[in-house]
Amino acid sequence: MSHFWSGFIIFLVSANILGCFILLRVTAKKKIDHASKTETTGHVWDDDLTELNTPLPRWWLGLFYITLVFGIGYLALYPGLGNFSGLLGWSTDTAYQQQQTENKQKYSALFEKYENQNIPALAKNTEAMKTAQRLFANNCAACHGSDAQGAPGFPNLTDHDWLYGGTPENIEASITHGRQGSMPSFANSLSDADKDNLIAYINQLHGEAAYSEQAQKGQNLFSQNCIACHGANAQGNQQIGSANLTDNIWLYGGSDEIIKETLTKGRSGKMPAHEKLLDEQTIHLLAAYVYSLSQK
Amino acid sequence: MTTTSVDYNNQVVRQFAVMAVVWGIVGMSVGALLAAQLAWPALNFDLPWLTYSRLRPLHTNAVIFAFGGCTLFASSYHIVQRTCKAALAFPRLATFTFWGWQLVIVLAAITLPLGITQGKEYAELEWPIDLLITLVWIAYAAVFFGTPARRQIQHIFVANWFFAAYIITVAVLHVINNLAIPVTLTKSYIVYSGAVDAMVQWWYGHNAVGFFLTAAFLGMMYYFIPKQAQRPIYSYRLSIVHFWALISVYMWAGPHHLHYTAMPDWVQSIGMVFSLILLAPSWGGMINGIMTLSGAWEKLRTDPVLKFMIVSLSFYGMSTFEGPMMSIKTVNSLSHYTDWTIGHVHSGALGWVAFISIGCLYALLPKLWNKSLYSLELVNAHFWISTIGIVLYITAMWIAGVMQGLMWRAVNDDGTLTYTFVEALKATHPYYIVRLCGGLLFLIGMLIMAYNLIMTRYSEDKLSEQAA
Repeated sequence: MSHFWSGFIIFLVSANILGCFILLRVTAKKKIDHASKTETTGHVWDDDLTELNTPLPRWWLGLFYITLVFGIGYLALYPGLGNFSGLLGWSTDTAYQQQQTENKQKYSALFEKYENQNIPALAKNTEAMKTAQRLFANNCAACHGSDAQGAPGFPNLTDHDWLYGGTPENIEASITHGRQGSMPSFANSLSDADKDNLIAYINQLHGEAAYSEQAQKGQNLFSQNCIACHGANAQGNQQIGSANLTDNIWLYGGSDEIIKETLTKGRSGKMPAHEKLLDEQTIHLLAAYVYSLSQK
Repeated sequence: MTTTSVDYNNQVVRQFAVMAVVWGIVGMSVGALLAAQLAWPALNFDLPWLTYSRLRPLHTNAVIFAFGGCTLFASSYHIVQRTCKAALAFPRLATFTFWGWQLVIVLAAITLPLGITQGKEYAELEWPIDLLITLVWIAYAAVFFGTPARRQIQHIFVANWFFAAYIITVAVLHVINNLAIPVTLTKSYIVYSGAVDAMVQWWYGHNAVGFFLTAAFLGMMYYFIPKQAQRPIYSYRLSIVHFWALISVYMWAGPHHLHYTAMPDWVQSIGMVFSLILLAPSWGGMINGIMTLSGAWEKLRTDPVLKFMIVSLSFYGMSTFEGPMMSIKTVNSLSHYTDWTIGHVHSGALGWVAFISIGCLYALLPKLWNKSLYSLELVNAHFWISTIGIVLYITAMWIAGVMQGLMWRAVNDDGTLTYTFVEALKATHPYYIVRLCGGLLFLIGMLIMAYNLIMTRYSEDKLSEQAA
């Protein structure tokens, strides 16, 4: 803030507080004696509206002065008057840093203990998993559900099926860096009939439908359009997060209509990166919790 | 009775007063639906026009600017004429303000459910409607300020100071906060961005509370309470002190809506300090109103209309005490983002703004129709039903709000949060139902009022000239 604006703020604030003081001093003077207790101003409006000129109630005056004095005191101690940072040197920033440090001191011993345990061991530590479950409830449950069973578009973490791999390292990487799933749209390259054929093939892959001529056509389309990501055996690729189409586990749903929608519009899955939201110790503990879910 | 008779413009006052009742019922019905949606979200019926996000601004605009606005137009036009002993200036402009304001309300009721919004709280309406509001407001200022120019009474009555401050300030707030670059007829971009936008928005937002919902309604109070009680106003000098202190100090209070945000520390401190200083000036109005009754307390037993007015001041005193307390940063860190804020707002909105409006409409409309009120018992019933409604509403929200604040900050021994957000929401559910009941009671009260006023309007009984 430039000197001008700082001075401007100091001037306006002081003038307003001072103005209140002067206003009170001037009007609080007891100019009337007891005899004229019922003195009116002599004004009459609308035939019968009049007003008294009662002195200001003492308790109210006191209250007003107290708030004014409090205001001056507060502005002397805390930042408020332009560039003047207050006698206490307090700021939101330092207060935040201080609380962070205090919290670290309080809880770091516990989390450091867990940090050095590997994930499979940690997953068996019931004490650690209690803490981890609370962390999961506040950081992950909004999408994955409090039972971790997911919702359409949000993976189920308890079903032993992994888009990006279920090893401790994979899980920790997913939480830390996030994941961006991308299924392109085939609206322009596949006809409606093509999509129906593909669906027939996909249904046959996971055993929902028997082999048919339609599925045969679908298989041809599959090898032209889909194997690059989903692989020749349609079991997906955890390196790029493409789905396994043979296991009847669906992120967005496996009905014919939904598969058609997926083919037409494509899908964009987003697991946000948490490296800037949570510290490494917390992520380590969360990874262990998610890992523990898949060990049951 | 004086001998000089002035040909007052009662028609525009009557029109606004009647529409105030109509819009009050509409706005509060939408509010009740929203309260029900918070308890049972399925009540939006999966229709985009009925989603909470679209109806919420419709509710706030309808109760503040349609119900509150029409009451203010009616009472300010009535008061300025009577206390200046002069008919309204520019009667055609006055008529324009009525039809223009109704058009604004209808356009709001159409565009908001369609999702057309600027996304600024209490300033959602898009730029063409904003321009119409500006036109109406300029006409309003011309009519209001033109009237005292023809006054037959030398002194300007205290209510008119408050109306003058409100009309000027709302004009400034509205224009500055809504500065935008139009892109299409229904879309524009506000010229401010980021923290500056937030600050301008809450400078507007809080002063909308301060000048629209407080100063202007104090003007209403300053006329109707002494009139109804047939007592002189308690203290002229108190009105001077609290008027000037109120309008100068309110200007600073906006940043308390933005504690612990990206707003610089100095802005937050000044917002908090002036919010605290605001306590005494706010209470000045309450004292002046309530003490006007000294020597005539027994009237509270017999006159339910006066009861509305005096209880409105009690709620005003409560919420203007609560407001400064909530602006203290440490209190705010608990109360902010919780339903406590909703409770605070409604203790002011239902208890103060709506109650003083209701009292004023009960006093004003029969007089304008030259009739006596159809039933005082119904007014009494209205009073008790809505008082119980308010108490249910605000206590439910207080408890829910403090509970949410405590649940959100509760921490386990291992440093993790004790409760998830959804657990706090689940715990709030019963209070949402109690709040809905409170809101419904208040709405029922409004329907009783409408019935009572209709019966008054169409009753045979005419007041004698003398009594009028």
